[in-house]
Amino acid sequence: MTDHLTIGTGAGFAGDRIDPATALADQADLDYLVFECLAERTIANAQRRKMDDPSTGYTPLLSRRMEAVLPSCVENNTRIITNMGAANPEAARKRVIDIATELGISDLSVASVAGSAVRDRFDHFEEQTFSGESTTQYQENCVSANAYLGVQGILDALNDDADVIITGRVADPSLFLAPMVYEHGWDLTNPTDADQIGQGIACAHLLECAGQVTGGYFADPDYKDVPNLETLGFPIAEVTVDGDVTIMKLPNSGGKVTLRTCKEQILYEVHDPSAYLTPDAIADFSNVSFEQVGTDQVQVSGATADPKPETLKVNIGYEDGVLGEGQISYAGPNAEQRARLAGDTVRKRLVARDFPIDDLRVDIMGVDSLHEGRGRDQSSPYEVRLRVAGKCETSTNAAEIGREVQTLYTNGPAGGGGVTMRTKPVLGIVSTLIDRNHVHHDVCIEEVK
Amino acid sequence: MGIPVHELAHARAGDKGDTSNIGVFGYDDDSYQILKKELTAARVENELEEIIEGSVTRYDLPQLNGFNFVLEGALAGGVTTSVRVDTHGKSLSYALLDIVVDVEK
Repeated sequence: MTDHLTIGTGAGFAGDRIDPATALADQADLDYLVFECLAERTIANAQRRKMDDPSTGYTPLLSRRMEAVLPSCVENNTRIITNMGAANPEAARKRVIDIATELGISDLSVASVAGSAVRDRFDHFEEQTFSGESTTQYQENCVSANAYLGVQGILDALNDDADVIITGRVADPSLFLAPMVYEHGWDLTNPTDADQIGQGIACAHLLECAGQVTGGYFADPDYKDVPNLETLGFPIAEVTVDGDVTIMKLPNSGGKVTLRTCKEQILYEVHDPSAYLTPDAIADFSNVSFEQVGTDQVQVSGATADPKPETLKVNIGYEDGVLGEGQISYAGPNAEQRARLAGDTVRKRLVARDFPIDDLRVDIMGVDSLHEGRGRDQSSPYEVRLRVAGKCETSTNAAEIGREVQTLYTNGPAGGGGVTMRTKPVLGIVSTLIDRNHVHHDVCIEEVK
Repeated sequence: MGIPVHELAHARAGDKGDTSNIGVFGYDDDSYQILKKELTAARVENELEEIIEGSVTRYDLPQLNGFNFVLEGALAGGVTTSVRVDTHGKSLSYALLDIVVDVEK
């Protein structure tokens, strides 16, 4: 049992930078390096890839990330936990075995934790989605349905001495909480451990978005400056058996860990701070406070937790048509007015066409594309970009939206330039609940001899 | 005297489904007290009415000089299906920081 457990974050989303993870693996002497790589829609996209090729369906950067950190992690006895398995943890496990073999690493045990896929259990989903619609209406166009698993599958793999653990959908905090529960022997069912569990989830929540607690997504020049943003480091947490948590970073990395960076992150994607739901416990952050205990070192205290909920959250991914989009720029005198005329013209031409478009939007980027009408009374910018977008049932029709923008070259207002157009299949996500008794994890371990 | 919330506080927005949350933190105790009085849930709902369809709830975290605003129906149907430019509503924190509040001299 480690008294001071050290956990680092290797990624906060599927496309995150790789260098900070390499630095942590090389220099931080970590017990665990955790990569969080699944957003709400990632699994549905991965499931589509898996349908085309059953050997895929895990995160595209798996190989690059593993090649970057595996040698150092093996040398430093750092275990790796990640949800990079996405829609296919078993295939990801096999890929890691292959990478380890190619790198000449032996004696490595790799586990996959599957079981989050529950598309075959629609009958057991709650009747309504979180937004109050009937769940069954999404069954026909469903691409994937995944329950958020908790720590248990990861704990089983750790008990079987896995060095690398690759999961599908597991709640983000559970990836980080699992090693704390395992190393410190916390009991998720015992009320006497409620404070430790709460502190563990608070720590997990601060870590799960990687650079967002070390000064990433924070800088606002002259208001909130961040040193050396270009070499932003990822966070490290030290967690004691009593649930004392300190967030820090490598001294030679960019960014900073302060009360302000921690405050912004503790509420990130939280609704009621006294009831942050995870599959392992309901955390209460309402009394969390921070203390700066050193340069780039912040101590976290005051979190607690209530026992786990009886249901698990399920995300249903479904096909929702095709987005079509076209853009064109205008600059100089009367730019906004010419862009507006162009937008009106495209809208009228599209409406006159004989196919339905949902949610047709005309945005003047630089004026009203982000916050609707807010700030519209300010003076006109020197240059603007027109964007027209909408959703259609087929990609053929969706492509017509971009084409109508393209024809502005010779059929629209004066001086437009730089047309781009695209179509993109839309994968919608709705959430509901399932009784946790209908969800089972499946751990499989493979070794490189 | 009116000043933008940006002069008093920093903020970060996050998303879940069609709901956005914005954590807002006063730079000091005085700023927190001003915001506690001026930046009510009703004020935010009114200021951002063109962007959000649902209601706004404010949770107070005095030990952080902070508030968590939960904005329902803020993301035009949700991250995954919205045709907005900023599908996550990540920039909404700066719409909130653009609100002008009264400060007594």
